[in-house]
Order: sequence, then C-alpha cells, then structure tokens
Amino acid sequence: MAGHDHDHDHEHGSELSETQLRVRALETVLTEKGYIDPTALDAIIEAYETKIGPRNGSVVVAKAWTDPAFKKALLEDATKAVASMGHMSRVGDHLVAVENTPNRHNMIVCTLCSCYPWEVLGLPPVWYKSAPYRSRAVKDPRGVLSDFGIALPKDTEVRVWDSTAETRFIVLPMRPAGTKGWSEKKLADLVTRDSMIGTGLPLNPAEMK
Amino acid sequence: MDSVHDMGGMDGFGKVEAEANEPPFHAPWEGRVLAMQRAMGYAGAWHIDHSRFAQEKLPPVTYLSASYYQRWALAMESNVIERGYASPEELKAGHAQTPGKHLPRKLTPDVVGAGLSRSSFYRQQQGPQKFKPGDRVRTKNIHPKMHTRLPRYARDKVGVVEMCHGCHMFPDSVAADRGDNPQWLYTVVFESRELWGPDADPTIKISIDAFEPYLDPA
Repeated sequence: MAGHDHDHDHEHGSELSETQLRVRALETVLTEKGYIDPTALDAIIEAYETKIGPRNGSVVVAKAWTDPAFKKALLEDATKAVASMGHMSRVGDHLVAVENTPNRHNMIVCTLCSCYPWEVLGLPPVWYKSAPYRSRAVKDPRGVLSDFGIALPKDTEVRVWDSTAETRFIVLPMRPAGTKGWSEKKLADLVTRDSMIGTGLPLNPAEMK
Repeated sequence: MDSVHDMGGMDGFGKVEAEANEPPFHAPWEGRVLAMQRAMGYAGAWHIDHSRFAQEKLPPVTYLSASYYQRWALAMESNVIERGYASPEELKAGHAQTPGKHLPRKLTPDVVGAGLSRSSFYRQQQGPQKFKPGDRVRTKNIHPKMHTRLPRYARDKVGVVEMCHGCHMFPDSVAADRGDNPQWLYTVVFESRELWGPDADPTIKISIDAFEPYLDPA
C-alpha cells in the first residue's frame, strides 16, 4: 500500500483497493481473534461523523466571550471548565486554553505526529497532519498564516505551541467587534475551527450568511 | 529516533493547502482504521506511544509517501505482529488460524463512549518537581535510537519553563516497554532566535512540552 515506486496518479485506484483489502483483512483477523467488535467500530465512526466536531469548541469559546467567570475558569483549568459544561463526552485530563489578545496570537501544531484536541475540535483536517504544516509552523508561522490569508500586525507576538506530550491546546480567539449583546448561540456561529487552531480568525458579523 | 516524522523546521514541503468542506473520512477504510486503533487501545493491546513509534520506524520514503491513515494501518499491522496478536500469515490470509491472546477488555457498542474518551496520563510522582515556572532550562542534546518526544529543533536550546502540567507517564519509557516511569511535564518556551538563529523574526516564540529528563538547569 505504500513504499510504491510507480506513478502515484496513474496507480491511484489500484493502490487504494490494495489498502482497502489490507484494512479489511486486518479487521477480519482482529475480529476473529476476539479483540474487536465491528459494531463498536461502526459506532465510533458514526460518532466522529455526526457528533464530535468543532462545534463543541465553538460553544466553549462563545461561553468564554459572554461569561467572564467561565473565561477565567477556562484559562485556569480548561479540562475542568469544559467538563462543567456537560455538553460533550468527557474530555481528556490535559486540555489547556490559550488566549489571543491584541498583542499576542497563538497557533497550535504537532511537529512529531498529529496531536490535536479531538474532543473539542473533532478530527484534525488533512492539512494539520501534513508535512507542510508540521514543518513550517514552528519556523515560519507568519508564512503559514499567509497561506491561510491572514496577515497579523508586524509587532504582534506569534506564539506557537508544539504539542509534544499529551497536553492538548485550544486557542481562545478574540471576540469580533460589532457583536455586543449577541447570544452565545449566535456567537458560536462565528467561531471557526481554524480560529481555535490559530490558523484563522473568527468570522466577523459581516461575513455571516 | 531521528527520522522524518520529526519535521519541525524542515524546508521544502511547500504551501499548506486546506481542503474546502473536508469530510471526516475520505474513504470508508479510513474510518475503519481509526476505529480499530481506538478499539485496540481500549482493549489494552498497546499504548499510543507504541503506535507513534511504529510509524516512526517506517522507512522514511514510506512515511512520506503513505497517506495519514495508511501510516496508521501500517503501524497497526506491525504492532499486531510484533506484539504477537496475529501472525503475518494470518494478516496475509485475512483470517485467524489460532485463537486470540487474552486482552484486559473489549470495546463493545455499550461502552463506545469510553472508547472515545482519552484516558488520563497522570501518574504518581516518583520524586520532587525539579523546575518551576520562570526557571531557565537547557534541553539535552540527545539522539536516542528509540522513541522520544523531544524534537530535534529544540535540543540543546535554552528556554524558560512556563507551566508545569503535573507528573505524566514517560513516552520514551512506555514505547520501549519499560513501564510508565512517571516524569514531571513542563511547557518550555524558546525565543525564535535561540532555535533558528539571528535572522529569525523576534516576534515569534515557540514552546514544546518537555518531560523533566529532557531538561537541565541553565
């Protein structure tokens, strides 16, 4: 399935089918051995496809924007604060929220593999797990931001968090202007996945459809 | 180990390309791979750092040419075989020829919620915490052949301890089957010029999470 030396595009179809066959063989063997239950796999997949996504994080951010006590609690102990909301399956023990300010922009990466706060953001996008992002985020974060169409002021501190252990980070972006009096639900619609990774900013009211 | 998985600071991989409206999985087999990994982890077949180490041991050309979930599948196959959960012949045939080994538990539909939750990595401390926020530290210049979570770009560099995250199981030890060997874990922040030289943009700061054995006082 990998380590192929033939032309990638030309062989794409047969390469995928070889992978499919190997994965099916693996699942059959592990099932027959009694290690796994395929119906539990179905349920895991369904959860990632329908329940566990960045909306979980958006709701947390919107609450922090409207509730100063919650924001304080979130920045002090994100694991505890998120668990107190009770709207998602238990998060891991090691979540840290990092706050963007007018002087500081935070960005999350995992240079060694693909560590990502799955419980609050869902599955990581392919680009997050890709060599271009993993290689450049720690050395040229402003260049990476420009790939995403973001240009920060030259004197803004850019802080990159490389997730090299089991601590997971989520960015608390700045609340957009022009949202005074908005409900948490409406605010959550402004909070994009990328704004919680730090490769994007929240939508502003004019960008709302 | 010093292989291509340790990518921080490498040049030449090009632009970051985001896919609009990316689906959770690009093919059904990707979901099966992810779910099998979760189920085997829940069962106690191996630890997450065994999965990482198995990927790191892939030949560099394979690592770079395989897709993300292909890498997971390759790593899973090698852990299944190396740890004796199935034989290469069984994987090749696509059927079990002998009964499975005993595993502590099994992920079934009624406990899927537990399979989706991350377990805790906190462990009982073995000794006192050596560093506190504000302390200057120098990362060690180590190049183990085994799994480590100290990236190359941050070795032999001076930084400042910013947070202590408590005492965690130590990946370098876990991946080598030498037990949890709990260690204090810190966020250590570096100036960009310390990592990337005098021409680096001084507004950039980079942190890693570093286990205490990676650090010396500076």
